[in-house]
Amino acid sequence: MRKLIDVQAHNTQTTGTIGQDFPHESAIRQVSGSAHYVDDMPEPANCHYAAVGLSQVTRGTITELDLSEVWASEGVVDVITIADVPGHRDIGPVFPGDPLLADGDIRFHAQPLFAVLATSTKLARQASLKAKTKIKQLEPYLSVSQAKTQQSFVRPPHFMQQSDMAKALAASERSAKGELFIGGQEHFYLEGHISLAVPQEEDRMLVYTSSQHPSEVQKLIAEVLNVKLHKVVVDMRRMGGGFGGKETQAAQWACLAALLAQRNRVAVKLRLPRMQDMQATGKRHPFENRFEVGFDHQGIIQATHIEINGNCGHSPDLSDAIVDRAMFHCDNTYYLADCYVEGHRCRTNQVSHTAYRGFGGPQGMIVAEAMMDAIARQLGEDPLTIRQRNLYGDKSRNITHYGMQVDHNISGDLIEKLASSADYWARRKALQAFNQQSPIIKKGLALCPVKFGISFTAKHLNQAGALLHVYTDGSMQINHGGTEMGQGLHTKIAQIVAHEFGIPLDWVDVTATRTDKVPNTSPTAASSGTDLNGKAAQNACLEIKQRLATFFAESVGGNANDVTFSEQTVHLAEHSLPFFELVEQAYFARISLSASGFYRTPKIHYDRSVGKGRPFFYFAYGASCAEVSVDTLTGEYQVDRVDILHDVGQSLNPAIDIGQIEGGFIQGMGWLTTEELLWDAKGKLISNNPATYKIPAIGDTPRVFNVALYPRANDEDSIYHSKAVGEPPFMLANSVWCALKDAISSLADYKFDPDLPVPATPEKVFWAVKNMQSREAQST
Amino acid sequence: MLRFLLNNTLIQLSPKQADLTVLDYLREEQHLTGAKEGCASGDCGACTVVLAEPIQHADGEPTLRYRTINSCITFMPALQGKQLITVEHLPDNGVLHPVQQSLVEHHGSQCGFCTPGFIMSMFALYHQNEKANSPVDRNAVSHALSGNLCRCTGYRPIIDATLHACANKKADHFDASEAAVSRQLSDLRLSSAVDTTQQNLPISMPKSRIELAHSIARFPEAALFAGSTDLALQVTQQLKHFRHLIALSQVAELNQLEVRDKGLWIGAALPLSDIEATLLQHFPSLEELITRFASRPIRNQATLGGNVANASPIGDLPPVLLALNANIHLDNGQTRQALAAREFFIDYRKTQLQAGEWIEAIYLPFIDAPSQLRAYKISKRIEDDISAVCAVFNITVDNDTVVSALCGFGGVAATPVSVDLNSHLQGKRWSATSAFECGAKLIGEAFNPIDDVRASKAYRQQMLQNLWRRYWLETNRQQQQIATRLVQVNLHAKQVEL
Repeated sequence: MRKLIDVQAHNTQTTGTIGQDFPHESAIRQVSGSAHYVDDMPEPANCHYAAVGLSQVTRGTITELDLSEVWASEGVVDVITIADVPGHRDIGPVFPGDPLLADGDIRFHAQPLFAVLATSTKLARQASLKAKTKIKQLEPYLSVSQAKTQQSFVRPPHFMQQSDMAKALAASERSAKGELFIGGQEHFYLEGHISLAVPQEEDRMLVYTSSQHPSEVQKLIAEVLNVKLHKVVVDMRRMGGGFGGKETQAAQWACLAALLAQRNRVAVKLRLPRMQDMQATGKRHPFENRFEVGFDHQGIIQATHIEINGNCGHSPDLSDAIVDRAMFHCDNTYYLADCYVEGHRCRTNQVSHTAYRGFGGPQGMIVAEAMMDAIARQLGEDPLTIRQRNLYGDKSRNITHYGMQVDHNISGDLIEKLASSADYWARRKALQAFNQQSPIIKKGLALCPVKFGISFTAKHLNQAGALLHVYTDGSMQINHGGTEMGQGLHTKIAQIVAHEFGIPLDWVDVTATRTDKVPNTSPTAASSGTDLNGKAAQNACLEIKQRLATFFAESVGGNANDVTFSEQTVHLAEHSLPFFELVEQAYFARISLSASGFYRTPKIHYDRSVGKGRPFFYFAYGASCAEVSVDTLTGEYQVDRVDILHDVGQSLNPAIDIGQIEGGFIQGMGWLTTEELLWDAKGKLISNNPATYKIPAIGDTPRVFNVALYPRANDEDSIYHSKAVGEPPFMLANSVWCALKDAISSLADYKFDPDLPVPATPEKVFWAVKNMQSREAQST
Repeated sequence: MLRFLLNNTLIQLSPKQADLTVLDYLREEQHLTGAKEGCASGDCGACTVVLAEPIQHADGEPTLRYRTINSCITFMPALQGKQLITVEHLPDNGVLHPVQQSLVEHHGSQCGFCTPGFIMSMFALYHQNEKANSPVDRNAVSHALSGNLCRCTGYRPIIDATLHACANKKADHFDASEAAVSRQLSDLRLSSAVDTTQQNLPISMPKSRIELAHSIARFPEAALFAGSTDLALQVTQQLKHFRHLIALSQVAELNQLEVRDKGLWIGAALPLSDIEATLLQHFPSLEELITRFASRPIRNQATLGGNVANASPIGDLPPVLLALNANIHLDNGQTRQALAAREFFIDYRKTQLQAGEWIEAIYLPFIDAPSQLRAYKISKRIEDDISAVCAVFNITVDNDTVVSALCGFGGVAATPVSVDLNSHLQGKRWSATSAFECGAKLIGEAFNPIDDVRASKAYRQQMLQNLWRRYWLETNRQQQQIATRLVQVNLHAKQVEL
């Protein structure tokens, strides 16, 4: 038995705003249509509208860019190219490589060439189609294999290893090999990219944007405009979805709006139409990964060689960290033994692929699941048995391929509990009986775990700030560096503040994220929003509580350390006072009622030169069990039932956490099933609108969808011992992919592991069925 | 002159611009920003609003029918004589409407951008339900919300919220004002019964075939539209500007639905939702295809006439018309003529329709009892997706002998197409494997489909064969024990308690 930590010891407050199902802080405004997104804000007087002109060529050199007809188009007041940028022309977020507008070279189809400002959005967009370009075309690199052959990379490779993989592989009793083609994913946030830049006095600029990273937008705007950072304020109240797509890639549109606003001294709104948003902004990276695994007669891994190849598009963007995270997660919950993991960052002539929920983790983790299936089929064992046998151990077999010890590993217990609540083994039997009497419809079942590392792997990002204002009636405003994109971050932050002071939730308002309130913030990404900003907000609360406690202790006599805040009252021994009265008294006593809070994540480190360290503060775990039916005549399928058990530590808000789990699962399912990005032979994205790119619709939600939280607090000192929840559930959908493979495998009595690319569209499933049928025919 | 209610306000206006969408009107002219633009192509539902129109209820009381539309691809004439209801109008004196309250309580909004659209679809179902007088189940929710995409929640809480609100229905302020609004709208319709086609307005709204002919004569270059679900894409996606448009939705002759002795007469400008019940009563096996035709808000606007006139090779209903030997009835204001559906489609998006001519109606002959009509659609996503392949078979078998064999296909050629199965299968024993093989060979050799974003050529070829196999299995008595559809598995699964 592992020692469970004492949750109560960490939770001395009893006011109960923590752990309750409060609705999203904006829910009432959202259902009323009164929650404002950037495009809904009342426009400043004389607002103008921008559009961008895109390249129709995938790779080449611009020999002529004739914009005279754009200039002459109705309503046009300004047209800019890269030559009009007064400051930095490259807005690459970490490494250079992302020119604000094409700098002479065309690197991908739909690369922005110029921007036009007009009196209406429609006129600007019409004008944007009127450029005449001459481009000397070059042969584009369109695939990972092409990029590798040409040695075309955006960053150098990275390696992680443990012992002598080659020797262990050669010594293994058995082995299996595999190759996985993994598609990318369009974010399809319902609100597309948008920015509204409003010029302020002299060279100051205020920008409203839909971005997960206001501080970076601020920095890039300042650099583009050639002003210092303090001249630019970025305001971000809420996004209509982000999912990683607005981590770095909101900046370009904000910079263009700001530049046009600065040049013309008018407010400028730039909103991408959906098709441009899909063509001109990056997606989840497609990957082509390979594995070779050695194992014993029980299926226990002895050696692993994994090659991770990310299709990064034309520039680095965040790809270095994304491919790293794919490498960090190619073990999932399994001990890879003696292993060698290599990660390559391939440069292709596609839009620069970017962050997307999971950040490479899903594309790495699916390799681990593919290995488990391959081992199971070879040995004729149930894949769940093989998964359980390969889990990280408690005292041994507990060091990852990057040297981090897996502590507090709950995956074994979590899997057992889910297998039991989902009735895995009985259903396995029933399903096999069903398949025997059903020649056309075949059912499949799979149970897959998830282990996801929590922290930015770029260490410096693991910091956060908050600013708390207490007003004289006891109500409060909390501002912090995180951004609200629907995930419920602001709700949880308000709960934390209310909890600390023992006041009702509606006394706390979380205000728009602004770079002039909390500076130098990290992106809201890596599932870290609540972990980082929650702690920072709590620290701001503790600061003010300390001041109030000291003041109260001094006024009634007693020890400040004994003061408690609960039920809108401050207590010290036999003394108590309504909270708002104490605040009022403190104000008159000239006690500061505003404080900032700061937090940095402890314990983490990673030495990239040797590929070893502890990059993650902790792991979040989960498991899911999916049952599918496949129509072998057409490849169509449906997900009949899903059971999920997921670890969020001590939940701050179970309703919000379950919302993240369900939503993450369905989004992951979309990535693995119907969401197919297709580029034509010339490199143009052809799945460029919602008529051709299909995210899950309401009928895709499984009829039986049981989601439960694993009842155990985080062993690490995270905010109230909760765990991050944004990304990990995305990978729970791996069970759907494995269940489809299971159904296909049934056609050959589970002797073979089917090749099933991602996304497993009905067509892909159909070809895998055909392939399995012919393998079965050949083997009998 | 357009006359409609915007929530409670009477609006009378002459559109200055033919191709103004309802969404742009709301957001830019009325500054009502609850409805959002997510895609401007009718695919995401963030712009969903509701139109209420007076209909005569069975008991004679005037009543309102509430329907969702995608405001992003709806032109203004759709509002004529109706009440346009936006999310802002739902609360009653600051108290949330039951569907709003339910969505809050079920945690059905995350980023919230899709939420107003969902609310409007939930609201329409909430009111539609009371008229249908049947309990709202999960299928009803799926169908009503099929045009709304949510990227955050995974839909489960939205489904629960809708079920809860509809199961606990209480009267709302719309019920309280229903009679008054009905009367007001009926009066508006009467006052609009003036021929406007002689005026120089950007949009003509003829009310009869004669007025329609006049409008076309006056503006020969003007495009005709009914639901605008396809035409509007040229405006919102290709930035095309139409100086003049002619709306067909008010033309009386194009709005007739008649059950005749031997078939169904379907006016070309009737929204699919208007014909759905009657169509399915006579052709029940089309249910899956109809419910998978785009989404509910699209079907509330889109018409059979539009689906035929566009002649898209991937339209869902032309293959049905081919397999039913339907007739297309054309008119130019002077002469009417009928063409067999199989003669109507000439080439990619080209038809027999001449300049100055329009489709008046489609006539679907009833099928005999022993006919087995099946319509199959293959797409990446079940809901609101376009066919990779659509196959419709209509084979009459009497005493195991094929009497006639008709079919229609979509997605496999430049137009909706058919194959002559009849001359090869007639008289054959249907249960014999040879009948299956004969059809498979014919269908397999008939087409040369293409690779595109929806499917590969090879998959399309293979699906033609396999859907034929599915049809043969399903319609053969000996084979009926075999589950061939995923939906049937669900029913079956309950019995064996997997």
